[in-house]
Amino acid sequence: MVYQDPVRLALSRRRARRNAWVGMGSLVGFTVVVSLLVSRSPGWPIVQETFFSREEFIDSFPGLLKAFMLNVKIFLIAEPLILIFSLVIALTRTLRSPIFLPLRVLATLYVDIFRGVPTILVIFLLGFGVPALRLQGVPNSPVFWGTAALVLSYTAYVAEVFRAGIGSVHPSQRMAARSLGLSVLQTNRYVVLPQAIRNVIPPLLNDFISLQKDTALVAVLGPIEVLRQAQIDASSTFNYTPYVGAALIFIALTIPMTRFADWVQTRMAKRQRAGGIA
Amino acid sequence: MSARLLEVSGVWKGFDDHPVLRGLDLQVDAHQAVVLIGASGSGKSTLLRCINGLESVDAGRIVLDGDVEVTDPDIDLDLVRRRVGIVFQSYNLFPHMTVIDNITLAPRKVARVRAAQAQDEARALLDRFGLAGKADEYPDRLSGGQAQRVAIVRALAMQPELMLFDEITSALDPLLVGEVLDAVRDLKSGGLTIVMATHEMGFAREVADRVCFLQDGIVREQGTPEQIFTDPQEPATREFLARVFG
Ligand SMILES: Nc1ncnc2c1ncn2[C@@H]1O[C@H](COP(=O)(O)OP(=O)(O)O)[C@@H](O)[C@H]1O
Ligand SMILES: [Mg+2]
Repeated sequence: MVYQDPVRLALSRRRARRNAWVGMGSLVGFTVVVSLLVSRSPGWPIVQETFFSREEFIDSFPGLLKAFMLNVKIFLIAEPLILIFSLVIALTRTLRSPIFLPLRVLATLYVDIFRGVPTILVIFLLGFGVPALRLQGVPNSPVFWGTAALVLSYTAYVAEVFRAGIGSVHPSQRMAARSLGLSVLQTNRYVVLPQAIRNVIPPLLNDFISLQKDTALVAVLGPIEVLRQAQIDASSTFNYTPYVGAALIFIALTIPMTRFADWVQTRMAKRQRAGGIA
Repeated sequence: MSARLLEVSGVWKGFDDHPVLRGLDLQVDAHQAVVLIGASGSGKSTLLRCINGLESVDAGRIVLDGDVEVTDPDIDLDLVRRRVGIVFQSYNLFPHMTVIDNITLAPRKVARVRAAQAQDEARALLDRFGLAGKADEYPDRLSGGQAQRVAIVRALAMQPELMLFDEITSALDPLLVGEVLDAVRDLKSGGLTIVMATHEMGFAREVADRVCFLQDGIVREQGTPEQIFTDPQEPATREFLARVFG
């Protein structure tokens, strides 16, 4: 334990308490001012009716929640596949032997292409393009191709994250492992990857959060996920409240994830400062 | 009585057309301690890394134990490295593993020793080098001297026939050098064959059976510590020693 002067400890506690009160006060004040400004504006009653209608919200919300289960499903299928594929791609790009040149070129090409094309375009191309080919034995469900497109697109991004992580492990670690007789595979498995993955957890969590939101892009292919459901509800009642409902559902999921990612990041930064050399 | 354990003959090694080793010869008998001295950049680290196959040579042969040719392109280097341990200046412990896991990783995964047995052997080694309480610590909680002794134990756990030490005290606080040199002394008296690059001339004098002075990519002069330190024949050796002892 680090010794702390009790007087100074009490002082800094008091200061922290005061800071909390000041922060709270300014937040409440700000909220009151903004709500007054908004609710006094001439267009507010109409906006309130079309975007924040109580009845519409209550009517549409259960349906939205149910449709959202499809987003959850897409996410839960896509995420593990993305993690596995991107790790393989990242490792392929680290192979140094000339025999692997073709593989390395392919991996690089793949990452360059799919990082360059907007995700929604990949979804369009796969979702409308592949079923149009009418190939035997190839599924033509839009959910399948939408998920496949998300996996293809995100794998390219996440592979770059992993590659950066692998690059962040000092070459002397690899040398030490090899000098003990570990094979290239064992060196990656036990020495390089555990450190690499730990170093990129914060950016990985950010990509998880993006993916959660981007499951809504699959809506362009027609399956009834939460955004598509909101669209249907809105166009039948000429009221936009379902969109707000859909937004709330996403927020309810992404905010805890975002807080968690921030928490992990600060904790790791602290540990790195405390850790020193290793 | 002493069998030849390591035979380095005519080894060339360069980086980007810049030759570092130029036809270097070196013989080491079993149970000998050979110390490599020489200016920084003279190729001591390069030679040590070639001996356990971390670097490939451009020409020449390195033969271990009379029959294992390290420089044979078809040899399984993982097998060579099990027989030759190396410890680096910068410890290179695995920061995400505890001390005991650092030590048992290679015995378990490479030598396929059962986990319980690997642990027992590791603890015995830790005990022997005064690290009994450190088994479950992470490397960032160790002093430099402790970390370097753990690195030595980690290499020893594979029961190598030959140990390479590459300036293992150069990164240490002067106060911590002694405990690491004690560990080397202990290994030497246990009969382990050692090749060691160092700037600790006092230690070289005390422990070495033979001192080799590297210059211009070859062993310029070698002999007993007595010969090299009190009566060097080559002008280059004299010059180097004069600079070191200032
Ligand atoms: N991996 C490498 N790539 C390029 N040059 C290197 C590499 N390793 C060593 N060298 C060069 O080889 C020479 C010898 O280095 P080294 O073997 O480390 O000498 P010493 O250990 O005696 O100080 C130096 O000029 C160094 O710059
Ligand atoms: Mg060196």
